[in-house]
Amino acid sequence: MSEPILTIEGLSKVYKGGVRALDNVDLSIRKGEIFALLGPNGAGKTTLIGAVCGLVRPTTGRITAFGHDLAKDWRQARAQIGLVPQELSTDMFETVLRAVSYSRGLFGHAPDKARIEEILRSLSLWEKRDSQIRELSGGMKRRVLIAKALAHEPELLFLDEPTAGVDVELRKGMWEQISGLKERGVTIILTTHYIEEAEEMADRVGIIRGGQILMVDDKDAMMERLGTTEALIELAEAMSELPPEIAAFPVELRDGGRELCYRGGDGSGSGKAEVAALTMALTRAGIEYTGIDIHDSSLEDIFVSLLGSEDAPEEAA
Amino acid sequence: MGFNFRGAWSIYIRELMRAFRTAFQSILAPVLTTSLYFIVFGSAIGSRMEPIGGVEYAAFIIPGLLMLTLLGETTSNSSFGIYMPRFTGTIYELLSAPVGVAETLIGFVGAAATKSLILAAIILGTATLFVDYQIKYPLFALGYITLVAASFSLFGFILGIWADSFEKLGIIPVLILTPLTFLGGTFYSLDMLPEPWDTIALANPIAFLVSGLRWTFYGSSDVSIAVSLGLTLGFLAICVTVIAFIFKTGWRLRE
Repeated sequence: MSEPILTIEGLSKVYKGGVRALDNVDLSIRKGEIFALLGPNGAGKTTLIGAVCGLVRPTTGRITAFGHDLAKDWRQARAQIGLVPQELSTDMFETVLRAVSYSRGLFGHAPDKARIEEILRSLSLWEKRDSQIRELSGGMKRRVLIAKALAHEPELLFLDEPTAGVDVELRKGMWEQISGLKERGVTIILTTHYIEEAEEMADRVGIIRGGQILMVDDKDAMMERLGTTEALIELAEAMSELPPEIAAFPVELRDGGRELCYRGGDGSGSGKAEVAALTMALTRAGIEYTGIDIHDSSLEDIFVSLLGSEDAPEEAA
Repeated sequence: MGFNFRGAWSIYIRELMRAFRTAFQSILAPVLTTSLYFIVFGSAIGSRMEPIGGVEYAAFIIPGLLMLTLLGETTSNSSFGIYMPRFTGTIYELLSAPVGVAETLIGFVGAAATKSLILAAIILGTATLFVDYQIKYPLFALGYITLVAASFSLFGFILGIWADSFEKLGIIPVLILTPLTFLGGTFYSLDMLPEPWDTIALANPIAFLVSGLRWTFYGSSDVSIAVSLGLTLGFLAICVTVIAFIFKTGWRLRE
């Protein structure tokens, strides 16, 4: 799980007109992991994928995949990499079966009907194998793109916004399919706008903004390190001032003193224990409350707070 | 991993399939148009024309008409083949695959050239319905048609990469190749032109192609076959060089 299969060193890309899409990016991807690359629009996610997959010519930097320098041994490296692009770019007049078979041949593999059938069945496309792609729904078209990317059995798969424009039910189905790929040993790098998606699937998360990687860490470690617990306690009577034993907690009064807001702890759950202590302190102080709403921060909260912060943390791993 | 034979073959087959998918536009339409030329200029008007260089007029125009169709269709087919993936975005798959300039050219250009050879065979077969003719050097003719088809497939490939709109895609075949072929001796011998037009006509490179093909058919032409052959090979070399430059720099392919 720790062996790096993709190493990016000092990667920069400056487009014509001077737009710096990537700025000295260093990144290492481990074999078998699902890595989620998060960032706002224009952060450089697609450019980064394009640089690895041969769609974008890096201005500076070095990319090594499976031990091959992409600038020199690009054939060997590309043969093991698959890409599902963000746009629904397919030959709309081609049938599903022919389109997927073409992709396999393009990457130098001999025809294998059984393998293609397996891929199409796993993506619930077998019944549509003789349909022209233009006849399919948006979700099916996206699955065709995944099937095309899997046709040559890549060890590293890039999914650029794989569930963009896909309804909630289908999105969850895709999550299952992506998890299935991981179980088969495929390393996956995905970009997404849906933080929930990264939270659900990723082993590690990278956050990119302005072409720079702000942070890379294990998802769980990141949530533990940067996560918080928030509790809103509705008071039976409004207060104007907190007694010292309550003010010792990380709390503040809101809504004209009718609501006590706690924000503290970390992603390990220590905040919940502290909220329990707070409620006991309220009881001891004779302060009555009528309700409690408590939740841990999500990856999205962390993402928003990180991108909103001027002093974003440096890369952690 | 060395040369990706299967990759090249996949592109080649797919491009050929595309032509069969659009058989009316790719094959039937040019055959129909050329047949009309044979009927009007060959059978109807040709019967009232004097033979040129000992060749009946209806037979004389066959190489020119073949070249007219060959240049237009080859360039259009090839340019469309690479332009469409750029236009629809499916070029990503080609760029991310382990295929280089050789595989790409064999696939796209090879398919376009093959389509042109099929088209040429159909046109020559159709011509026998209207005109009585014989090819003096059939192997030379086959070789020369193949050379021209390959050269203009490469040219079309460059055009398809250069173009950033459908309008630009049509400019060269319609506004340059077709007029130059008409003025390049398709319907007449250059020495039938008065001075200085017979000399000026030699500035038209297509005249050398028409002349070269006519030599393979009837053993006589306006200019030496060696010059025609040399010019075509030179054009082929230029196209290969330009395409090698495009792939090396990623011009209009990779951002």
